[in-house]
Amino acid sequence: MRKHIFALTALALAFSLRASAQSFLENSQVNGSFQTDAQYYMLDKGIDINDLKGKQLGINGFGKIGYTNGNFSAGMRFEAFLPEMNGFRSELNGVGLANFFASYNNDFIGVTVGDIYDQFGCGFVFRTYEEWSLGMDNALRGVRVVLRPTKGVTIKGLYGRQRFYWAPYLERDFSSDDYRGIVRGADAEWDLNQSIASMNESKFRMSIGGSFVSKKQYDQSLFYYIPENVGAAAGRVNLGYGNWAFSTEYAYKINDPSAINNFIYKEGRALMSSLSYSQKGFGAVLQVKRVDNMSFKSMYTGKQNDLDINFIPPINYTHTHSLPSMYTYSTQPNGEMAAQLQVNYTIPKGTALGGKYGTKLAFNMSQVNDIVRDSVQFGDQMALNTPGSLGYISKFFAISDHRFFRDINFEIDKKINKDWHLTAQYINLYYDIETIEGHAGAPAVKANIGFLDVTYKINKRQSLRLELQGLWENEVHKGYEVDESEKKDFQKRGDWAFALLEYSINPHWSFSIADKWNYGNPVEEYRDHYFTGTISYIHDATRIMLSAGRQSEGVVCVGGVCRTVPASSGVTLTVSTAF
Amino acid sequence: MKRLTTLLLMALMVTGLYAQSKSELPNVTLKNLDGKDVNIAKLSNNGNPIVITFWATWCGPCIKEHNALNDVYQDWQDETGVKIYSVSIDDSRSTAKVKPVVEGKGWDFEILLDVNSDLKRAMNVSNPPHTFLIDGNGKIVYQHTGYIEGGEEDLYEEILKIAKKKK
Repeated sequence: MRKHIFALTALALAFSLRASAQSFLENSQVNGSFQTDAQYYMLDKGIDINDLKGKQLGINGFGKIGYTNGNFSAGMRFEAFLPEMNGFRSELNGVGLANFFASYNNDFIGVTVGDIYDQFGCGFVFRTYEEWSLGMDNALRGVRVVLRPTKGVTIKGLYGRQRFYWAPYLERDFSSDDYRGIVRGADAEWDLNQSIASMNESKFRMSIGGSFVSKKQYDQSLFYYIPENVGAAAGRVNLGYGNWAFSTEYAYKINDPSAINNFIYKEGRALMSSLSYSQKGFGAVLQVKRVDNMSFKSMYTGKQNDLDINFIPPINYTHTHSLPSMYTYSTQPNGEMAAQLQVNYTIPKGTALGGKYGTKLAFNMSQVNDIVRDSVQFGDQMALNTPGSLGYISKFFAISDHRFFRDINFEIDKKINKDWHLTAQYINLYYDIETIEGHAGAPAVKANIGFLDVTYKINKRQSLRLELQGLWENEVHKGYEVDESEKKDFQKRGDWAFALLEYSINPHWSFSIADKWNYGNPVEEYRDHYFTGTISYIHDATRIMLSAGRQSEGVVCVGGVCRTVPASSGVTLTVSTAF
Repeated sequence: MKRLTTLLLMALMVTGLYAQSKSELPNVTLKNLDGKDVNIAKLSNNGNPIVITFWATWCGPCIKEHNALNDVYQDWQDETGVKIYSVSIDDSRSTAKVKPVVEGKGWDFEILLDVNSDLKRAMNVSNPPHTFLIDGNGKIVYQHTGYIEGGEEDLYEEILKIAKKKK
């Protein structure tokens, strides 16, 4: 009954508003989006799923509604994990209003209250964002003010507490391990080209920026003295001249003992620089990065990606095809030295190699090694990383022999004629699975990977696409000796083959079947087929996808932030729409 | 709290019924490849249609869609005056790569950088590629998610519908 009264009140309110403020309503706009991902799990002895652990069904869903009227906007997002799908954190289990905000923005000032997503520079000291496919949301609930005093100058200030799954914001409940602190930050950016009139059209471009972020946390530790205020600062410069661009950012964080760094009292540092050159048909970028003890969370006991205040961008190629993306690098916040070179080139149209449409080539190489750590005491008396100590000493430019990751790949993308299009890529991969995925003692993955992706246009409406992929490990394959005790660490190892055939009818339908086969696993019982069939229907901004079959154990990563997906068998349904 | 939420939701929905069905572009400022600020709400193309398409360097179907659009872009411009804004949702791990990739692939679109997904959120984009068509009055008249081979033809039909109206 009460609900009806409220509905009626709302209606009456709307009508009265309509009568009294026609123009206000004419400027009102409502938009939103909705998505549900559901998985129905089945037993499958073939891939060792003998027990569903009480979970037959997993559903992740959200609905979002936004309202704008001129400079004013507001919105909210409702989420339901009933329960969460396999591979998502169990803390997500629940339902409720996860996010809401109201915001006013004009050319001079912007004020937002509620859940805030923002980023300072590249994110070294502050970034809050939401990534549905990872179940990741570290929104800051609080207040943000943005000032633009003159053209080209932006000053931001914000404070609040971060989202921690469904933990309430108002009460602080230390008994439930919720030690979340408060996050405060400020950032300023000055774009010289926009603010200095004589530089408006200059070929030389320059902007500088700086940020400071601090957390106020509560020391609940019985063993360590935990600093209750931890500050971090960063400075950045972006330069450009004609076709050249250079950008760099450096960050420093004071001692911040935490579960992630094994409670050491060392300061943190990070540096990233990029140099690029681009002109029509050619582009190249070189990036280098150094990260040392830069995990920054608003709760010192936080695990994995919980309550991250900052974001350390990985610099390596993001693969999207099934086998190449099987071993995706995930950022090591405790220390890494990384470099990447990428070159894109289009062989021009009308040349012998370019043909009628041009030929697109891409080369990428990236490598990540560990930093060098030395004992904090003369004569190596103190073991590295001893909790409660300064941890280690690290020379800034020294690179450890311990390699985490290397990826060298070459891609060719060619439209042959009106009907045929092909993409092919070769990848040489080194992946330290022990460090990245925690399979202790397992040998690194050294593999050659290749794929061919061919599209054939049958006619204006219909097309066929075929994907063939192979992954060949140099050392670990059929015949490699695996001890009974370490079998579990070899679940997806060895050689793989993959094939996919997709038939699409534009604009709505797409049907595909695929098989992924671990034919060269050193452990015989893991040499399984992973068949899947998928039907997808798209209508404007609505997408419905139904797939059935097996999913292999794997890692889903977005931006170097990863979650592991256990092997499963069953049916998956995704429905999403926007309006 | 719950009741307040219900009330708020209903009020919003009812308001929405009376609000104009065709929404306008949100007041979000992004940077272009030269680092200049571009306010999305103020985009204009002399009354001609605008296409806004979301993509990322790591999104396969997006690259396909962009290559296909680039092949026909010159013809489309000649016939309808349409302008394509291509919004990269690459975050800081790959922002530095956007320009080399765009130039290396020879695309002619106006590129905007949505580094922390502000516009993506404001326009309710869940997964790229996601394409919007905006008419000469700045109203969103059509949107489409995903890319299927030949999908650009359907977009062009929608563009023709509003480009004709102008004459």
